[in-house]
This record gives sequence, C-alpha cells and structure tokens, in this order.
Amino acid sequence: MTKNNQTPADEQGHTQESSDGIDVAHLAGLARLAIDADKTQAVSKDLQSIIGLIDVMQSVNTEGVEPLSHAFDGTARLRADDVTEHPDPEQFQRNAPATADHYYLVPRVVE
Amino acid sequence: MNEVLSLRDMSRALSQGDVSSVELVQDHLARINAIDSGLNSFITLTADAALAQAAAADESRAAGDQRPALGLPIAHKDIFCTAGVLTTAGSKMLSNFVAPYDATVVSKMADAGMVSLGKTNMDEFAMGSSNETSFFGSVANPWDHDRVPGGSSGGSAAAVAAGLVAGATGTDTGGSIRQPAALCGITGLKPTYGRVSRFGMIAFASSLDQAGPMTRSAEDAALMLAVMAGFDPKDSTSARREDHWLEDLAVNGIADLDRPLVIGLPEQYFQNSTGQECLQAAKQELEALGHQFKAVSLPHTDAAIPVYYVLASAEASTNLSRYDGVRFGHRCENPTSLQDLYERSREEGFGDEVKRRILTGTYTLSVGYFDAYYLKAQKIRRLIAQDFDAAFNDVDLLLTPTAPTPAFKRGQLTDDPVAMYQQDLYTVPTSLAGLPAMSLPCGFTDNLPMGMQLIAPAFREDLALGLAAQFQRQTDWHLKQAGDIN
Repeated sequence: MTKNNQTPADEQGHTQESSDGIDVAHLAGLARLAIDADKTQAVSKDLQSIIGLIDVMQSVNTEGVEPLSHAFDGTARLRADDVTEHPDPEQFQRNAPATADHYYLVPRVVE
Repeated sequence: MNEVLSLRDMSRALSQGDVSSVELVQDHLARINAIDSGLNSFITLTADAALAQAAAADESRAAGDQRPALGLPIAHKDIFCTAGVLTTAGSKMLSNFVAPYDATVVSKMADAGMVSLGKTNMDEFAMGSSNETSFFGSVANPWDHDRVPGGSSGGSAAAVAAGLVAGATGTDTGGSIRQPAALCGITGLKPTYGRVSRFGMIAFASSLDQAGPMTRSAEDAALMLAVMAGFDPKDSTSARREDHWLEDLAVNGIADLDRPLVIGLPEQYFQNSTGQECLQAAKQELEALGHQFKAVSLPHTDAAIPVYYVLASAEASTNLSRYDGVRFGHRCENPTSLQDLYERSREEGFGDEVKRRILTGTYTLSVGYFDAYYLKAQKIRRLIAQDFDAAFNDVDLLLTPTAPTPAFKRGQLTDDPVAMYQQDLYTVPTSLAGLPAMSLPCGFTDNLPMGMQLIAPAFREDLALGLAAQFQRQTDWHLKQAGDIN
C-alpha cells in the first residue's frame, strides 16, 4: 500500500503494516494459514496492491448512509424448531480424514 | 453428433419420438470424449449414472410423461454438491470430497428428468475470472485455445460453446456466469439474488452468490431457469415469489414482450471497453424493433470493484474457515499439533488466489479496520443499489457491455491480480444490488465473441429474457460455433 493518510489504523494507532509493508505473518496467523517464508514478500506485494485498490472507496462520501448487508435488506426468516431430517453420521463422516466412534480425531490437545 | 442441438430442439425431438434420451446421452458422451481433452472443461464425467438416468427418463416418457425437460442432458458446475459424486469446487482442498447430499438445484433438475453428464471445471472456490486458478488445470476457450474462457464458470461456458452440452449450471458472485458467457459467445443468466436456492452450493460470498443457467440461447436459459428457480426452506435467503410467468417458461417458452421497452445506457459503462461497435449494432437492431434508448447515470460505479473486493473477500475468509482439515477436505501429513494441522492443511489445500482473498478478508475484518473497510463498503453498497433504483424509475432495462475486453491470452493477467479484478467492472455492481442480469452474444472483435449485458429490476428476469429472445429471433450471433468465424 502506498503510505497515505487514508490508511486506517486501529484504536491503538497500529496499522497492519510493518516498515516494509503488510504484516503477512500476523495476518496469516489470524487466518490459520502457514505461508512459506520465501513467499512472504510476494504475498505482501499482492496484498498491498489489493489494499491500494480497495482504498479508492475511502473517497466516497457515506455520511448518513446506513450499511446494506443483504441485497434486499430483509430480515432472516424464522422457522419452527422441528426436526425435519435425520442425517446419517456415518455418511457425513465418510469424508473425514480420521474418526473413531463418531468422533473426529485431531492431534492431542491436552497432555 | 454433427449438428449442435439446443435444449428446446432436443425436447421437441424427444417428444416426437425421433430420438431417445439414451441416444442423446451417448452422442454427448462421445463428443465430450473426442473433444474435451483439448479444452479440459470437465473435471468429472458420470457416464454410467447419466445413461441410467437417461434410461429412466425414456421409460417415464414411454409411460406418458411429457414434461419438457425430461431426458435432456446437462452438466453441473463442480460447485454444486452431487450425492455420491466427487464435488471439488476446483480445489485441492476438496479433491477427495464426495458430497453426502444433492444441492437443491441438482435435485430440482434431476426431479424434472434432466440428466447430468458430469461436473464442469471452475476457478478454485469460484475465485477468478479466467479459470486459471483451478487445481484441475486451466480451461481453453473453444474460439481460441490460447485464450481463457473467463471465470469462474469457465468449464460450463467452454462446454456449452464447444457444443459438448446444450445447458450447464453456473454460479455468479461478481460476474462468474456473465463474464465467461461473454468470452465464450454464449448466453448466461444470473437471476435475482434469492431466486435460486443456494443450498448445497459451496459458499464463496453468501450475500452475493447466485446460481443460474448457461446455454446458447435465451430460450434454453428460460427452460433451465424455470426448473432451477423456486422457494427453498433450506436456504434462509430464498425468496418466496409467485411469478406465474416462470411456470409458463418451461412449457410455452418466452412470451413476446407486450410493449416496446425503454432501455437505459449507463454512461459509466461505455468509457473503457473494447468492441463498442458490436453494442452499437445491437442497439440499432433493438431500435429497429421499436425500443427506445435513454442515457442514464450510475454515479457510484467506480466504487463497485473496491466495495466488492472488501465484502466478497470478508465473506470468503469467513466461509472458508470451515476448511480446517478436521471434518472433510485435505489434511496435511503428520500434524504435530492442532494449530499445525489447521495451518498446514490450509496452506497445502488452498491455491494462491484463494489465500489472497482469505488474507484480504482477514485484513479488512481485523480489529480496528472493520469500520473503515467492511462497514464503509456496506454503506457504498447501499448507494450502488440506490443508483439502480433511481435508474429504473426512468427505464425498463439497462444495456451495457458484459466485460471490458474479449477473451484474453492464458497467463496474460495471472501475475497481476488487480488487473484481473477489473474484468468484473461491469458485472459486480448488479451483484452488489442483487439484480438479475444476463449476457448474450452480440458480435465479434478480432474473431472473438463479444457479449452484451441486460440488467433488469429485481425479480424481472422476464423482461431481460423477453428482450434477449426477441433479439435472438432477429440475429444469429448466439448460433455461431467456434470454427464458423475463424
């Protein structure tokens, strides 16, 4: 991102940028993505150009405009709290990398 | 199969007993096997299941079933869950995923008797405008194999353009039906948000994703739409509508327009695109049919791409957090901890563009940035929707280019994501406003097909289809085959 006064900062005044660009390692950690060290610079460069593109919208005057989160501004429908389906756990777990007794297995979390 | 038949042609031939569904499916499979190695438009072919479905359709017809879609071969974009069939979304992450259930679109089309030949290639998780981000390899444009078919529904577009199938499903988040339809010289319709159920459609950006038909003609698109559309209690954003014209579409085809239309030309859409002479000729054709044109302004058009890449990336980073290597999808080898399992499974399973969008979304949603990016984008989204509302006070439909350029060379934009994003310039605003829009062929530039876009008010697909059908009765751009022009 080109350093400009439109770049937003958080409450503590920090931006997601380090001295040579966006803090990719921090972002990747938030997104639970491992990024190869040799790719960090290229990823940072791409993100900077994307954020540069996005920052164009900061020039639009939105004072007094309500945000729109859904095309037709509707509220989600409620339905009766009835059980309508009885999925077969085995069928759904067939895609799981590791299971036992209908549980999903992951590396030990508590020693 | 020498002649490329439309869905309507096949429906007629089936009802007259000139051909059976099994014969049609066999012909289609033979053509796919002969041609698709050069295109790569299919990820999975389901030949045995298709022949079984076709045989069942023939049996049903022999017993008196005359429904118009019965026995017609189609294909599904590989973003729709298909029970018992590999469903990859073009990603390594789901390269081993066999869906446990059918998407509503898939079950509705099967219930209508349509026969799925297989699953078409696509940009990974529908993120791309060139089909080059697919884990299963890029797709060639049938008009020039060195060029891209557009994306993300590029496999469906290429398959229809090459005559491998007359109709295929697509999905459109920011232009993924319309842009590949334009680049491949076919007709593609993105219905109004909420018109077609999203249940079982692998999510990219849930407030924008919408499924629709990709065909050669508006008539075939209408037939498919009539089958795909409808309220679905399994999709909380599905719209309850009573549009009786929708039911008539399948049986009677597209009705003639009952009056000449006033068509708006948004000035912001005619500044930077190539091939404007095609649009000019189309405009003259429509004027000769009695329609009037009027200049309109959509002043927030320039902000649409930035707004889209904030909102779509934010929604994508949230939606794609479900791919964690635990319940389904790719898992890394020998994880040392739960954190390591998450991070390496995602690193290995996602491609570069998907990671870029996840990181962009993570950035704009992170603490302290939410108001400046996400909330700001949502506010501008309202301004963009209001621009369309104002325009539709004065006009019935809008006519614009679909994409800024014809099909570009493979590899031309892969190193410049921001340049690639500009492909969506004319399609993204309608997505943000949830409006229906379709692309239809309107000529050629340098022997490459060009598309024009018709944008309609919410839930008025009938207007766009009506005008498109009328245009296609007067012109033959939609009937051109790759090879006719070169």
